[in-house]
Amino acid sequence: MTNSTRCAACKQLRRRCPSDCIFLPYFPPYNPQRFSYVHRIYGASNVGKMLQQVEEHERGNVADSLYYEAYCRIEDPIYGCVGIITVLHEEIYHLQYQLAKIQAQIDLLKAHPPLQGLEYSANLLADQNGVYASSPSSFGPSIHCLY
Amino acid sequence: MGAGNSPCASCKLLRRRCAKDCVFSPYFPSDNPHKFAIVHKVFGASNISKMLQELPVHQRGDAVSSLVYEANARMKDPVYGCVGAISYLQNQVSQLQMQLALAQAEILCIQMQSQDQPTALTSPLHELVADDKSFFFSDNLNYF
Repeated sequence: MTNSTRCAACKQLRRRCPSDCIFLPYFPPYNPQRFSYVHRIYGASNVGKMLQQVEEHERGNVADSLYYEAYCRIEDPIYGCVGIITVLHEEIYHLQYQLAKIQAQIDLLKAHPPLQGLEYSANLLADQNGVYASSPSSFGPSIHCLY
Repeated sequence: MGAGNSPCASCKLLRRRCAKDCVFSPYFPSDNPHKFAIVHKVFGASNISKMLQELPVHQRGDAVSSLVYEANARMKDPVYGCVGAISYLQNQVSQLQMQLALAQAEILCIQMQSQDQPTALTSPLHELVADDKSFFFSDNLNYF
């Protein structure tokens, strides 16, 4: 028995879409880009194997993560989503450094409360203006927006 | 062709002749068969070859390294692959940003507590503090 509307995978592979097609639940016909991207990077056969090797309740997550990685790889053919991981590591290092700096300033303030509070704190606040990094979602596409 | 006359790891695994201009041989030497086996399992030799051929030669080494990384991540975590690591790191960044915001607030509190004179409220410091309180509502702090 076949589906009246083929899934995106079977449409692109130009084949019949059986009722138990493994791609059907995760690559619906109204989103052809989703399968197109994973097919381009992994190949239909590999995607099918990766879906089959996990429990059914996990297959949606597999399809989503494969699409995310394929999307990143097409956007950045050299580094793919590894580029995002690198940037996140750098951001974490930067934030940890800033946090350590501020903690040291807090300890100093507690040990030696400022005598001329206005001037000293204005300098401190000016120093803190560069603290706030952009949100994590600015490093590559947010995981949630692609699903 | 790989080192000497031996085929590269890719051609060994694929059981074919390793040509002189084999696209895989600079990046998959015969002494590390596991490296190609992993990327072949996840991406497929044909897709790897296409991806490498679309890149200038000087960028292919980095591309192979990142593909190997992703393939390893997918083997270790068949459900989420690299996405699991990205999700974890994004959470870490959020937490650190929150800690920084709290530390900044603590500095402001300490400063306010140390001010003795009520006229301090009309000082330039007060204006600076009032403006900077907008950081609590900034889009950069995505923990709200």
